[in-house]
Amino acid sequence: MSAKQASKQALTGTGAAGTGPLLEGRTWRYGDNVDTDVIIPARYLNSIDPAELGRHCLEDLDPGFAAAVRPGDIIVAGRNFGCGSSREHAPLAIKAAGVGVVIAASFARIFFRNAVNIGLPIVESPEAAAAIHGGRRVSVDLTGGLIRDLGSAETWTVRPLPPFVLRIVQSGGLINLIKERHTDRA
Amino acid sequence: MPGKPSGLTLTERILSRAAGREVRAGELIEVPVDLILANDITGPVAFKEFGRLGGVPVADPDRVVLVADHFVPNKDIASAELAKSLREFAAAHGIDKCYDPGRGGIEHALLPEAGLVGPGQVIIGGDSHTCTYGALGAFATGVGSTDVAAAMATGLAWFKVPETLRVTLTGQTGPWVGAKDLALAVLARLGVERANYMAVEYDGESIAALSVEGRLTLCNLGIEMGAKNAIVAPDAKTVEYVAERARVNGRGAGATGVGTGAGAPTTGGLRADGLRADGLRADPDAVYAGSVAIDASTIEPMVALPHLPSNGRAAAKAGDVPIDQVVIGSCTNGRLEDLREAARVLRGRRVHPRVRCLIIPATQEVYLRAAREGLLEAFVEAGAAVSAPTCGPCLGGHMGVLASGERCVATTNRNFVGRMGHPSSEVYLAGPAVAAASAVAGRVADPREVVA
Repeated sequence: MSAKQASKQALTGTGAAGTGPLLEGRTWRYGDNVDTDVIIPARYLNSIDPAELGRHCLEDLDPGFAAAVRPGDIIVAGRNFGCGSSREHAPLAIKAAGVGVVIAASFARIFFRNAVNIGLPIVESPEAAAAIHGGRRVSVDLTGGLIRDLGSAETWTVRPLPPFVLRIVQSGGLINLIKERHTDRA
Repeated sequence: MPGKPSGLTLTERILSRAAGREVRAGELIEVPVDLILANDITGPVAFKEFGRLGGVPVADPDRVVLVADHFVPNKDIASAELAKSLREFAAAHGIDKCYDPGRGGIEHALLPEAGLVGPGQVIIGGDSHTCTYGALGAFATGVGSTDVAAAMATGLAWFKVPETLRVTLTGQTGPWVGAKDLALAVLARLGVERANYMAVEYDGESIAALSVEGRLTLCNLGIEMGAKNAIVAPDAKTVEYVAERARVNGRGAGATGVGTGAGAPTTGGLRADGLRADGLRADPDAVYAGSVAIDASTIEPMVALPHLPSNGRAAAKAGDVPIDQVVIGSCTNGRLEDLREAARVLRGRRVHPRVRCLIIPATQEVYLRAAREGLLEAFVEAGAAVSAPTCGPCLGGHMGVLASGERCVATTNRNFVGRMGHPSSEVYLAGPAVAAASAVAGRVADPREVVA
């Protein structure tokens, strides 16, 4: 896979949404401190199958979410999204549930790193996170760094990722980046 | 900026040594790691990602530690498969330090005890409470499974050098106030994200007065403030502890007679010797992102109410909160000093008839020493159940899962919704003394109410 193709895949979150670099979906709104225990409760951590994890995504916060979420949907949340455990199962569950991108006022550190490493698109925007209601149609242009509420036509700019982090995202995750480096050396 | 550049924080100094040049907050670096940890939950995902690299070897098997602790003794077939994959990966890649029940325990109690952690090291772990090791003057941070996989393959990890929040604790602590109470008080003051992405550097006379075990408890809860790492500058206590653990483990079976691993870990990890502690402190003119001073003499025995670790208040002022279960153990408070503290309350008393009190020594060595000191006897006589080392109940895994509506006082680290079981259950975080007193009283209690 070329770097460009890998980049496209990363930016579309597995491409399941089929939306190209511009992500578009319906929003699910949650509050501050959405922790990894409610994103994927430990009782399901005896599995490492992303599909199984996805079926229980957000179960202890919103029991109806996993059944009702549609590919490309967008989670909008408040501060400190993903706080708590280092379980990579959390972003894996969100990605496998079909979520195209998570918009939050801020992300807990390990969750942010894990999302980058597995290629789950996340964007930080306190302003957008405060303004966007649940059930809206929203688009996120990751390359242009723009969030748009398609109902109200309001837009918000996204904080850019540091270049090194962006390289991981563009490679489609950390493992892909390491493979590229190995290939470069060979 | 004119003149001499300003000094370094302790975390900047350690990362500068690792990078081989002076680095400061905000810089992105890729540095060799001294130790890479994974457990039975995060390891299997890491192995899967490692496999995607297409048959590369583990860069340095001696620096990898695998601990089956979360769902052990295996709770079901699925979790048994996860633990099995640890053993298989270790065998396939020549990793000696793979710990199973009977020879190990809870990772963050085990690694320092096994002499694998020392000042100046750079440690990553597939577990958020990896920040515990900062208590020994290491830079230690929790990461996900993909980072673990990448580090196993390359020997390296990337970090943004964090800004540092300095937290100074002064004053002599009151009776029944331990490291957990200090940590919950700091959390109550700072909140759950005040230190997001930051290093938390603890100093002050109250920190100097803490034992190494107490510092491990304090740093363990750094992640609950969002911190990348928590750290205490190494001092004479640190050096003594590290030297003692190296000596004990260097003898193989160890002074207690407890084996410490599949292969006695005399190498790896603790290449960091006491020498690396030299000069490991912040410069007087280090630049901090913030400084907080707390008078520890005013801190009372604490409890953190559901559903955030920052909901701390004095246990005496928690009101009438009847409870169903008490858990004393975990990577936060399952060490020998914690069990001694619990025994001070439980010895000669009875657990309240409505309460199930579970006590879980964090490692085999803690278990054996607690047995020899008569602590386990006191617990059993008080009506508490003593179990094998496991993280189990802390994360609602097994061996102490809560039913709907049940309340638990736990010496663990998180009281999120559903953390220990049913989403309508509640967790109250406390230190061992408050937890033991609550077990006797049948409600959240200050130890002074129970022990005259």
